Order: sequence, then structure tokens, then C-alpha cells
Amino acid sequence: MAANTEAFSGGFSNPVFESQSVFRMVMDGMARPGTIRTVEQDAGQPDPLGSAAGAIALTLCDHDTPVWLSAGFSQSAVAEWIGFHSGAPITREKAEARFAFKEASSALSSFGLFSAGTQEYPDRSTTLVIEVEALGEGQELTLAGPGILHSTTAKVAGLPETFLRLWADNRTLFPRGIDVILTAGRHFLCLPRTTRING
Amino acid sequence: MTADLATYNFAYLDEQTKRMIRRAILKAIAIPGYQVPFASREMPMPYGWGTGGVQVTASIIGPEDVLKVIDQGADDTTNAVSIRAFFQKVADVAVTTHTKDATIIQTRHRIPEQKLTEGQILVYQVPIPEPLRFLEPRETETRKMHALEEYGLMHVKLYEDIAINGRISKTYAYPVKVDGRYVMDPSPTPKFDNPKMHMSDALQLFGAGREKRIYAVPPHTQVVSLDFEDYPFEIQKFEQDCALCGAHGVYLDEVVLDDKGGRMFVCSDTDHCEDRREHGHVGAMLATDREAAE
Ligand SMILES: [Zn+2]
Repeated sequence: MAANTEAFSGGFSNPVFESQSVFRMVMDGMARPGTIRTVEQDAGQPDPLGSAAGAIALTLCDHDTPVWLSAGFSQSAVAEWIGFHSGAPITREKAEARFAFKEASSALSSFGLFSAGTQEYPDRSTTLVIEVEALGEGQELTLAGPGILHSTTAKVAGLPETFLRLWADNRTLFPRGIDVILTAGRHFLCLPRTTRING
Repeated sequence: MTADLATYNFAYLDEQTKRMIRRAILKAIAIPGYQVPFASREMPMPYGWGTGGVQVTASIIGPEDVLKVIDQGADDTTNAVSIRAFFQKVADVAVTTHTKDATIIQTRHRIPEQKLTEGQILVYQVPIPEPLRFLEPRETETRKMHALEEYGLMHVKLYEDIAINGRISKTYAYPVKVDGRYVMDPSPTPKFDNPKMHMSDALQLFGAGREKRIYAVPPHTQVVSLDFEDYPFEIQKFEQDCALCGAHGVYLDEVVLDDKGGRMFVCSDTDHCEDRREHGHVGAMLATDREAAE
């Protein structure tokens, strides 16, 4: 089966050090929202998953983290690839997902079905990884909040048009809420729930 | 990499544990001041030795890092030396005593005197992460208080302290509010260091091993010490200058010199003190010693 061959291929060549390095980029990214990071590590992920998204999946997902995939991913070798390399169960229930991966230019109607955590345990929330067309070009967003001195700007091309409205709603849930990582090929930037965005 | 490293997991923890801690750290950063529960592991050292901080450091450290470890302000205490040796052994990382050269600083009490910079990470070893614990022993209740932002009782207790002592008597583990939302315990840091947490350029991570909690303060985040309009927060003030380097406005430790009541005050931050002396600063004690020698 072609899909299986693709699913077994790839993965980090040196998982211990590559996942440490990718984690540090994600941690620095969460600590400094809007800063663009570039993943040099090769995750060997199948299409249409981008390499930053693939590396993030290998770094953070395992059998304790149900993963939700958008239609384009779940109908490709991506589901089996994530399952094979990380051991993460793939779920169709957004509310169960600790990580969710959404392919570029697919519709984003709501964050509401993903887990925002509870008021007592706001950490039990989904981290949503959204592939966009490009980072560093396109629509200019002004960001403020923890991790940002005064304010900063980030350019994003291909941000789902509903995103800013959904994000504003997400902000009102604090301390509950989802956290977002925008990915574009090898590049990514983080938007923890604390970040205020003006489009 | 040395050959005997092969018998350990890199940085001691297995990959599954590191991933779990890493996920907790990311959520902690996303919810500043909120205590994320994590499945703390047994470490080859007793709980009082900062196993929470050690697990956080082990989960973030990489071969490129330069590690500094302090206990109080010193790099050369048994606790600091042991933790530094542990990471040299299990992660083969470079270590330093110089604050400015470190990428990761693990601390048991103090925040270095030298201003931390963008890209540095301060990891705190925390014994008691819950600032409301002295009011309420039940975890389910304190969690509810944080959830509902019910911090009134905390203020009442602090105010009672003022009524009894004429001031807030807490000098260590003085509670702070992070980004206007969560009340957090910086324990067991002296309150002298609280202002350094506010709008720091560095990322601050807190690990409590026995209590199984991780929390964080991202860079450029408001950290405000709780106080009252009529009793504003104040840090300890030291009348003296450091006897060795003459530093003023730093945190000083009292050192007993003899059994006749002789004593001196010196920088608690040993690296800061040494660096100042290397740059020609001389405190009263050293000046006297030099005169005696001449
Ligand atoms: Zn000194």
C-alpha cells in the first residue's frame, strides 16, 4: 500500500537532539509571540503536511495526546505517518484533541469545538497548528501581550478570513482558550491565548 | 560526546517524560502564573534538592546551552555544585559561573544582580508552588480560588499581618500577581528580587518536583507584588555596602568573622561580587586588608 510506505518513511534522523532543538524554537516562539522561527530539521513528513508542522508533531505528540486532523490531512498518509512516528491516536472529536493540524486554505468556522480547557484546568486545551500560505509577507497584524515588549507586527499570507474574529472570541475566554501555531513550510510563529491581535 | 554518556538518556530523562514536561511548559507560558500539573519523576537526588527545577532544565537543555546553577546567590554551594555536575555528566553541557555567559540559569533562591537578557532562561527550583496554601490546605479549594480569581482572603491575611506587625512581615516567597490575573508564589526568592521578575527580558520557568507543578512568566510580562495603597510594597534595604566590592543596593549576606561579634556584609551574588572586584571595585574590608598588607 502506497500510503503505508509513505507513513513509515521520514521521521527525525536523530530524535533526541532534533526534538530538543525544535522544542526550544516552539518554547521561544510561545514566549515571544509573533516571532518567525525556521525549522531546519527534516521531519520527512508526507504531503500535504508542511515541514514545520511535521517537526512539531514529531516533537510534541505521543500516545498521551489525541490528534485531530483536517480533512485533507486525514485523507492522506499524514494520519498514518503521525500515528506511526509519534504513537498519537488520531481522533475525530475536536474536544478530545490536544493537538490539531489544519491544512492551508481549508475553512475555519469555529474554535468552539476544540477544547479550551476548564476554568480550573485551563492547560487542558487544544493547540491548533494552522498551515498558511506564507509568514513574513501578506496581511500585517499588530500583536501585544505577555512576551511582547509594547507591540510587534507579524505578516501572514493566507490567514483564514474568520481567524481574527475567532481569535477575539478566544481571548475573552481567558484563562481558558486554545493556543495557535501558524506554519508555512519550514516557518512558524506562535500565538498563545494571551496575545491580542489587531488586523 | 563522551563514550560513557551512552549509558544515560540525554539529560537523564527519557524522551516520553521530556515531551510531557515540554507540553506542560508550553501551556505554562500560554497561561502566565498558572500552575500546570505534571507527572513529576523520581530524580537521583532528594526532593529538597530542587528536583522540579532539575526536571525543567533537563527537558529544555541542549548541547548548545551554557548552564549556571546558583543556591542563594552562590555557584559554589554543595547543592549548586551537585546539580551542575549532574548536567555535565548527563548532558555534557558547558557550564559557567558568569551570569552574562549563561543561556540557562537554574536557581534555588536568588535572581542574579546583573540584568538578564533576551534569550536567557531562568529556572527556579520551587518547594511550595501554591501561594494560597497557608490559607487553605485543600488543593481542590485553592484551585477553585484561582479559577474564580478569588484573592480577597489573601489580601485580608496580608492586611492582618500589617495590623499585627505594622508591616507585611513576609520577606521570602512574597506573593505576586502575574499579568493582572494569577497570584503566584515566587518562592523561596527574597522579596528583594521581586521587582526583577517584572517585565524581565528573560523567560522565567518554575518547577516544583514534590508538588508536581510547573509555571512560567514569559518575558515582558507584568509581575506585581501584592500590596495596599497605605502599605505599598517595599524591598529590603541594606544600610551597608558590600565589604568586598563596595556594591550598593544589592542583596547582602551577613558573614560572621570571629567569636567576638565581628561580622561583615557581602554580596549574596558571588559572581556579581567577583566581577566587580575584577573591575577594580574595592569594599571597606578589602581596603583595610590591603592597607594592613602594605
Ligand atoms: Zn560584593
